[in-house]
Amino acid sequence: AQNVPNSDWEKKVTEYFREKLKENNAINWVPSLNNVPVHYLKPNSLVKFRCMVQDMFDPEFYMGIYETVDPNTNARALHFGKYRDVAECGPQQEIDLSSSQMVTSERQTFYCIPVPGESAWPSPWLSLTPCHAYVSASQARVSPSTSYTPSRHKRSYEEDEDMDLHPSKQKEQHLGNGPGAATGGGAGDIHGCVEPKRLETEASAGHQIVSPSCSPPLDLNFPLPGEKGPACLVKVYESWDSFKVNDVLEVFGILSVDPALSIVNSDESSALDPMECMDAAEEQRVHSPPASLVPRIHVILAQKLQHINPLLPACLNEEESKTCEFISNFMAELSPVRAELLGFLTHALLGDSLAAEYLILHLISTVYARRDVLPLGKFAINLSGCPRNSIFTEHIYRVIQQLVPASHRLQMTIENMNHLRFNPRKDYAANRLLSGVLQLASNTSLVVDETQLEQGQLDTTGVHNVTALGNLITWQKVDYDFNYHQMEFPCNINVLITSEGRSFLPSDCQVHLQPQVTPPNMEEYMSSLLTALLPSVLNKFRIYLSLSRLLDYSISEEVTKAVEEDFVEMRKSDPESVTADDLHRTLLVARFLSLSAGQTTLSRERWLRAKQLEALRKARLQQQRCVNGNEL
Amino acid sequence: MSSPASTPSRRRGGKRGRGSNPPTPQDAQSPPSQKRRTDDSTSTGDLQPMPTSPPADTQSPGAPDPLFSSPPQFRHSAIPLDFDISSPLTYGTPSSRVEGTPRSGVRGTPVRQRPDLGSARKARQVDLHSDGLAEDVAANEQSLGQRLVIWGTDVNVATCKEKFQRFLQRFIDPLAKEDEDVGLDLNEPRYMQRLEEINIVGEPFLNVNCDHLRSFDENLYRQLICYPQEVIPTFDMAVNEIFFDRYPDSILEHQIQVRPYNALKTRNMRNLNPEDIDQLITIGGMVIRNSQIIPEMQEAFFKCQVCAFTTRVEVDRGRIAEPSVCKNCNTTHSMALIHNRSMFSDKQMIKLQESPEDMPPGQTPHTVLLFAHNDLVDKVQPGDRVNVTGIYRAVPVRVNPRMSSVKSIYKTHIDVIHYRKTDAKRLHGVDEETEQKIFTEERVEMLKELSKKADIYERLSLALAPSIYEHEDIKKGILLQLFGGSRKDFTHTGRGNFRAEINILLCGDPGTSKSQLLQYVYNLVPRGQYTSGKGSSAVGLTAYVMKDPETRQMVLQTGALVLSDNGICCIDEFDKMSESTRSVLHEVMEQQTLSIAKAGIICQLNARTSILAAANPIESQWNPKKTTIENIQLPHTLLSRFDLIFLMLDPRDEAYDRRLARHLISLYYQSEEKLEEEYMDMAILKDYIAYARCFVNPRLSEEASQALIEAYVDMRKIGSGRGMVSAYPRQLESLIRLAEAHAKVRFSEKVETVDVEEAKRLHREALKQSATDPRTGIVDISILTTGMSTTARKRKEELAQALRKLIQSKGKTPSLKYQQLFDDLRAQSDAAVTKEMFEEALRALADDDFLTVTGKIVRLL
Repeated sequence: AQNVPNSDWEKKVTEYFREKLKENNAINWVPSLNNVPVHYLKPNSLVKFRCMVQDMFDPEFYMGIYETVDPNTNARALHFGKYRDVAECGPQQEIDLSSSQMVTSERQTFYCIPVPGESAWPSPWLSLTPCHAYVSASQARVSPSTSYTPSRHKRSYEEDEDMDLHPSKQKEQHLGNGPGAATGGGAGDIHGCVEPKRLETEASAGHQIVSPSCSPPLDLNFPLPGEKGPACLVKVYESWDSFKVNDVLEVFGILSVDPALSIVNSDESSALDPMECMDAAEEQRVHSPPASLVPRIHVILAQKLQHINPLLPACLNEEESKTCEFISNFMAELSPVRAELLGFLTHALLGDSLAAEYLILHLISTVYARRDVLPLGKFAINLSGCPRNSIFTEHIYRVIQQLVPASHRLQMTIENMNHLRFNPRKDYAANRLLSGVLQLASNTSLVVDETQLEQGQLDTTGVHNVTALGNLITWQKVDYDFNYHQMEFPCNINVLITSEGRSFLPSDCQVHLQPQVTPPNMEEYMSSLLTALLPSVLNKFRIYLSLSRLLDYSISEEVTKAVEEDFVEMRKSDPESVTADDLHRTLLVARFLSLSAGQTTLSRERWLRAKQLEALRKARLQQQRCVNGNEL
Repeated sequence: MSSPASTPSRRRGGKRGRGSNPPTPQDAQSPPSQKRRTDDSTSTGDLQPMPTSPPADTQSPGAPDPLFSSPPQFRHSAIPLDFDISSPLTYGTPSSRVEGTPRSGVRGTPVRQRPDLGSARKARQVDLHSDGLAEDVAANEQSLGQRLVIWGTDVNVATCKEKFQRFLQRFIDPLAKEDEDVGLDLNEPRYMQRLEEINIVGEPFLNVNCDHLRSFDENLYRQLICYPQEVIPTFDMAVNEIFFDRYPDSILEHQIQVRPYNALKTRNMRNLNPEDIDQLITIGGMVIRNSQIIPEMQEAFFKCQVCAFTTRVEVDRGRIAEPSVCKNCNTTHSMALIHNRSMFSDKQMIKLQESPEDMPPGQTPHTVLLFAHNDLVDKVQPGDRVNVTGIYRAVPVRVNPRMSSVKSIYKTHIDVIHYRKTDAKRLHGVDEETEQKIFTEERVEMLKELSKKADIYERLSLALAPSIYEHEDIKKGILLQLFGGSRKDFTHTGRGNFRAEINILLCGDPGTSKSQLLQYVYNLVPRGQYTSGKGSSAVGLTAYVMKDPETRQMVLQTGALVLSDNGICCIDEFDKMSESTRSVLHEVMEQQTLSIAKAGIICQLNARTSILAAANPIESQWNPKKTTIENIQLPHTLLSRFDLIFLMLDPRDEAYDRRLARHLISLYYQSEEKLEEEYMDMAILKDYIAYARCFVNPRLSEEASQALIEAYVDMRKIGSGRGMVSAYPRQLESLIRLAEAHAKVRFSEKVETVDVEEAKRLHREALKQSATDPRTGIVDISILTTGMSTTARKRKEELAQALRKLIQSKGKTPSLKYQQLFDDLRAQSDAAVTKEMFEEALRALADDDFLTVTGKIVRLL
């Protein structure tokens, strides 16, 4: 379906940029839309953006090559339309829409948002790289000493920006704290960035009449409430079939914030054409939002990311010597790091080393394959025995947030369950996919806090949401609601459930917390724990967790036999309590245990250790059951 | 009816003023007073006070002009105007009525504009102009005489028309199937019969299957696909000539319009690309949104305020060039638009979304915009699955006059020419799946090849849920369920439809991957539903009535059972279902319908669904000492409706454990690619099942029926020796279904003895598991049909007799102490007597009026 005219020329462009970006640190010199506010970036310059594909729009046809004509002199000229939104032509020129030279080409638009739940740490790290100039620029506002000098055009762009933001702000105030405001927060945030600037230009912006019919603030459609960051319309020119919804991408491309994009929009509905003003208005609004709010990126290079941990090389393939070196270097110091992490987590879990051990296993778990419907490698943990109504769970989340690149804490209150949208839903009026809490990128840690649950009634949405959460945990898939039908999207999300008793959500394994210490002041205890951690150590933890997850794994024939024997033996001695499920779980534990120790094959010792851990865990549950009588 | 969607179900108004016509036989067939609709202004002439001369004069069919090839040129020379005033394609002429002659014949019947062909011709036509192709044509004219082609194409109108007429007159569909053309004589030219139909019915639309055209004339087909805008009007001309030649007296609303469908160009929305622009395409999808009807101005009517001179202006690219000067009196700015006399046509925007089956995994569906015109407006509703044939258009986003630069993107849409609902038959037909999946020939070959393998049954059952270990018989059972039996209709003998669906119940220990099996099946079948007994209520399963938030009307929302009509409904935790919910299933599982009577809505919905249920035993672990009924506590009335009941038990056996362990371990280190290789692809399995379900409909052969009879008699015999019945007609029906399903697996049209053998084996296997009396070890069907094994019933009677003897032996005491009697009975009896058994015996005696029990005292009567 991809029609590429003049492919030579286009290939060269991609090739050129690919080569250029390979050169030492060239990648870091490209300003990132993740860190730098849009209005500090020069339009039509090369930018990068780390993002998740939230929605895919329909492919669009554009003028690949077009011809302009000057009505006065009749001079004709050909132009390329690739990598731009607007067909440029000089003040005296017109585009000849009927030219025979015109080539129509096709491109695909993705609606991309920053990786949902991305922790704060990956971004500041980037600021240490050479592109910090931009960041400091953004912090210190415009300072002429940086590499960035505002161009003369800047004023006009910003005015445009203010103009567009203005109504959205007003509306936001009207709406107050409705559910829409939570997601609309993104818009507000961007606005926050420009705030000082806006005040300066208040006078000029104030009197501008901005399409008074403008509807409620644009919902930037972030899955998680309170998310911030720029959303982008990413235009992809080649092999867009390989991208999927929820893929995490890093795109390099040309930033386009042409104010014309916004103006054309607002004008459209007033025109004579009746089709524009009917129900297409809503769609128009969503599909071509103001460029200052949702900039366009015309992609030159795009790659899927295996992970979003900036501490690791972006692409981990074996061939590259750099990668190998990095891995082997890290492998060397892996076991002390693991020990240190275990110690740290033990402290965090109030001295419970078994729970800490399981938490490590959980953090490096990932769905590595699917056997028909069965996802393999998921390891959802239910951490029971968490004190109720305490800040403990919140702190556990903070710890996890520090360790993994993307995470989210879902407070399972009746309120949340009944009111949040979990499953993404297609909005046919606007023709887009409305995001839901469960639309998360791969390997995101989802911490479900069940200790927040009070008695109360779940309504229909609530029941659906609980089912959706259950499906997510059991099958690692989320049903997207397309109104007329449901579509399953496989996902890969690590779910940790903290609860008081056994959770009513399914889980792969329940670990009952047995605190060894009871700090008088939880707040203090936890924060001191985090502050005591050296940043360098913390970074090592992060590398460790991301890396272990990406390792390959196998079981030798020999060990297979041994495990087999073992299982048969266990079944013989206690057929009642040892089931296939237990074997499943123990094999999982063994897998992650080996990987966490940097071993890619299962050894007999690890297997025994896994069994031992399982036995300890079970004994604890048994004990708990006895304490509580037959409550469970 | 090959295309129920596109033929209007009722005749639109449009014959205003017809009453003044002299009555003709044809007239009698149409309703006398037509509903008035504003949209008809395009097709009727009474809004035109000054009819233009009938352009058909220039090309009267009776006397073909030697210069007949000129009309195209003629027409196209006028293209910059967008509508050629004198072209027959654009104008209706009510001339005949004015003259008072019957309105018939090719001259008299007005032509209706085809906005579907002409609404977006811009890019192309200007192209034609700038290209200077005119010279070529001129050259052609000189050198080749008749070899005239339309600009930019290789279409010669005369040849094209002639070819199409030949096609209409001669084409006999060699592959015609009965069901597609009801009432057509297959040996007569198909489209001539259609024309006759038009004459009778009066619907001036001729649907032409492009596939037919292709088999008739490849080149004409190619031209149609590439230049629909030019070729279809030519077709129209051709049809009308033939039609009015044949039926000169026929009166139609307007001239016949040809609607081609089934263009093989594109099937999938994803494959649309810039090369398809302005070509005829057919794509499938689901309608998701309809806009309101938009009256689109076709022609503006201006009147001079000064001298009342009137003029018409065509709409050109959505704009009207308002005349600034009156041509008559030369007054400037005196022309005013008269809305009432302008011409409008109906237009509707429709959003079509890619059907879920076409979507690659992990991507969101694409949508495409459709423009429907005139008759096709409101023909489809959101949710309909349709195949749309139309012309793909791309229009540049309008140039903003105030800005020199424009957005460089195009807007695309399809001008609809034809709709074909793919699910039209689904609602009332029986074999609805025929259209659902279209298999390529290679695929069919491959499947047939596969079906010839001797071990296909085993292969398929292995391919089913490979991650679940062993349980081969269960997988085989589910496989047969997926194929289903043959549908039999006994309505005329008063028994209604026989159920063809096979219902299966899996019960057994928790953790034996029952849910996983259900999940797998749910993912495998196209119309599967998955519910959990715990979470679903009776309404959730059946249907519920709710108030639509938008329209405030009561609407019926269907539940899982109805949604899985013709599919499989997987119900997990069947035992946890509430009593009332289960009771709904009684009807569904035998009659295959669902009756609803609530909130003023009384209806019966089809629920021809197979049920795959999973139940856990009441005491978390399966108790082998109890019967199935006792273990899962389900009413036997429901249980007897399952064809197969399997126990999924944890086999405590070393060899099994070993194999299981090996299997599981392999899951934990094999990479994904390796997993793929080992088993048959899920997609193949899916196609195989879909194909068999559509195209294979086995019937019982003579031997097979004999074998079935024998099997049934045998089953009855087993029990008869011991005074119990071990089979009921229901079991026979199950056997037949299973045998049919097995024949389907082999793609065989006949049920043979092998099929019966396997059905018997599987049925016995399932019975052995579920209907074995734990006390005697004998298979006893009455456990499932009456809830109690025959031996248990016998024992109950024996105990009652023993008790009676005991009491009688005590002599003439009027009353006895309860506890005393119990102890005595226990002492006397050699088998253990529980309190329940004792009480049951007492009750049995009380029923015989032998004694009464009051409190702790037993009184004799």
